[in-house]
Amino acid sequence: MIEVKNICKSFNGKVVLNDINIVFEKGKTNLIIGESGSGKTVLMKTMVGLFTADSGEVIYEGKNFNKLDFDDRKEIRKEIGMLFQGGALFDSLTVEENVMFPLSMFTNMSLAEQRDRADFCLTRVNLQTAHKLYPAEISGGMKKRVAIARAISMNPKYLFCDEPNSGLDPKTSILIDNLIYELTSELNITTIVITHDMNSVMEIGDNISFLYKGQINWQGHRDEVMRTNSVELNNFVYASEFMKKLKQSLTHHGD
Amino acid sequence: MKWFFHIGRYYIMMSRVFSKPEKWSIYRKQFIKEVDNLGLGSLGIVVIISIFMGAVITIQSAFGFESPWIPLYAVGVASRDSIVLEFSPTIVSLILAGKVGSNIASEIGTMRVTEQIDALEIMGINSKAYLILPKIAAAVFINPFLIVISMFLALLGGLTAGLMTGAVTSYEFIYGIQYDFRPYNVTYALIKTLFFAFIITSVSAYHGYYTQGGALEVGKSSTNAVVFSSIVILLFNFILTQILLS
Repeated sequence: MIEVKNICKSFNGKVVLNDINIVFEKGKTNLIIGESGSGKTVLMKTMVGLFTADSGEVIYEGKNFNKLDFDDRKEIRKEIGMLFQGGALFDSLTVEENVMFPLSMFTNMSLAEQRDRADFCLTRVNLQTAHKLYPAEISGGMKKRVAIARAISMNPKYLFCDEPNSGLDPKTSILIDNLIYELTSELNITTIVITHDMNSVMEIGDNISFLYKGQINWQGHRDEVMRTNSVELNNFVYASEFMKKLKQSLTHHGD
Repeated sequence: MKWFFHIGRYYIMMSRVFSKPEKWSIYRKQFIKEVDNLGLGSLGIVVIISIFMGAVITIQSAFGFESPWIPLYAVGVASRDSIVLEFSPTIVSLILAGKVGSNIASEIGTMRVTEQIDALEIMGINSKAYLILPKIAAAVFINPFLIVISMFLALLGGLTAGLMTGAVTSYEFIYGIQYDFRPYNVTYALIKTLFFAFIITSVSAYHGYYTQGGALEVGKSSTNAVVFSSIVILLFNFILTQILLS
C-alpha cells in the first residue's frame, strides 16, 4: 500500500499539485486520470522521488519516502517497477539485456539464471521472438511489453505505469491493459496507472482518482465513473461524441 | 551568479559520481567498453592529426631557422619541444574535447530526454556514477597512451616531412630530438593529459546529464560541452604550466 498525504508541488511559482491525498491499495489497479497538464505525471514522479515535493508525505508500507536517506530510498526503489511513457529502454542493449539489466545489477544470479528469468518475463508478456533485437528494431507496442517485462523482472512490490497506452492502437492497448491487470493480481502488487484513455478506465480501474487542475476532484470505482455528478469528470469522460451518445443511450435505457 | 550555480551543481554531481558502485563487475565491463569507445575510437583522428601537424611544425621550424648561424638540428629541438610540451597534450586534448566531449554529452543527454536516466534512478541505480565514472576512468587511463602515440607519430611526421622537403637530414633531426632532452617534459605533458582527460569527460557529462527538453537541447548540450571543456582545458593549461614549469 502507498499513501500520499498532503502533497504539494509547484514549478517556478506555478502550483501543479495542491494538497493531494490518495491511498493506493495493494493488489489493486489504481488509476490516476485527468486531462493533459493536470499534474498526473508530476504526481507519479514525485511519488518515486524523481521530483521533490514542496510539502507532504509519500508513505510506502509505513516508511516515509521523503524522510529516507539516499541509501534507504534506493532500497525502496529496488521494489519499484516503472513503465515509462516512451518505454525508456536502454538503446545500447538488446531486449533480453534490457530485462536482465536490473538482475545483473542487484542479484547474484548467474548469467544462465538471468537469461532464464528474462525469458520467463518476456514470455509472460507474450514476446518470445525478440530477445536479440535492439529497441530501435521493435514496434511501440513491443517496447511497452519489454518495459513491463523489465519492470517485473525483480518481482516488484509496486508497479508504476505512465500512460501505458499512449501511441498504441486500440487492440494493443487492450492487450497492455489486460497484462497490467493480470500481473497486479498475479503478483499481488500495488499498481498505479496514469491514463486518459477511457477504455483503460473501464477495463482495469479498481480505484480511480480524477485529477483536475492539480487537485483530486473525484475518487471511486470504475462502475461509478459513468454515473458521477462531478461536472469536471463528466466533461472529461464524455468529451467525445461517441461517449456523449453512449451516455444518452444509457440514460434512455435507464428510463 | 549562473557560474556559481553551475560550479556548485558540478561539484554535487561529482560527489555522487565518486560514491561506491552498486556492483564492481558491471562497472568493470562499462570501463572496458568506454576504453574501446573513447580511447580506441579516437585513435584514427589522433594518428592523422599528429602526423600532419608534426610535419607542419617541422617545416615551419625549418622555415624560421633559415640562417647560417643556427644549426640544422635546432629544427629537431624546436619540433620536439613544440610537440611534447604543447601540441600533443593540449592541442590533441582540445581535438578530443570536440570528438569525445560531444559524444558523451549527446549520449547522456539523449538518455536524459528519453527518460532512460529516470529509469536507472527508479531501479535504485546511482545513475551519475553508473554513466559517468566509467567514462572518466577510461579517459584518464587511455588518454596518456593516446598522447604518447601522438608524440611519436608527430615526430615521425616531422622527420618524414623534413626528408621529403629537404629541410633537414634524418641525422640532424634525430640528433636535435635527442639534444638536451629533459624527461621531465614528458612527465609534465602526461600530468596535463590526466587533468585534461578528467575535464573533457566530467564537463561533457555534466552538460549531458542536466539536459532538459528534446533533440534541440541535446544538440545545444553537445555544443556547450565542447565549448566549456575547451575553455576549462585552456585555463588549466595555463595554471598547470605555471605550477609545473615555473
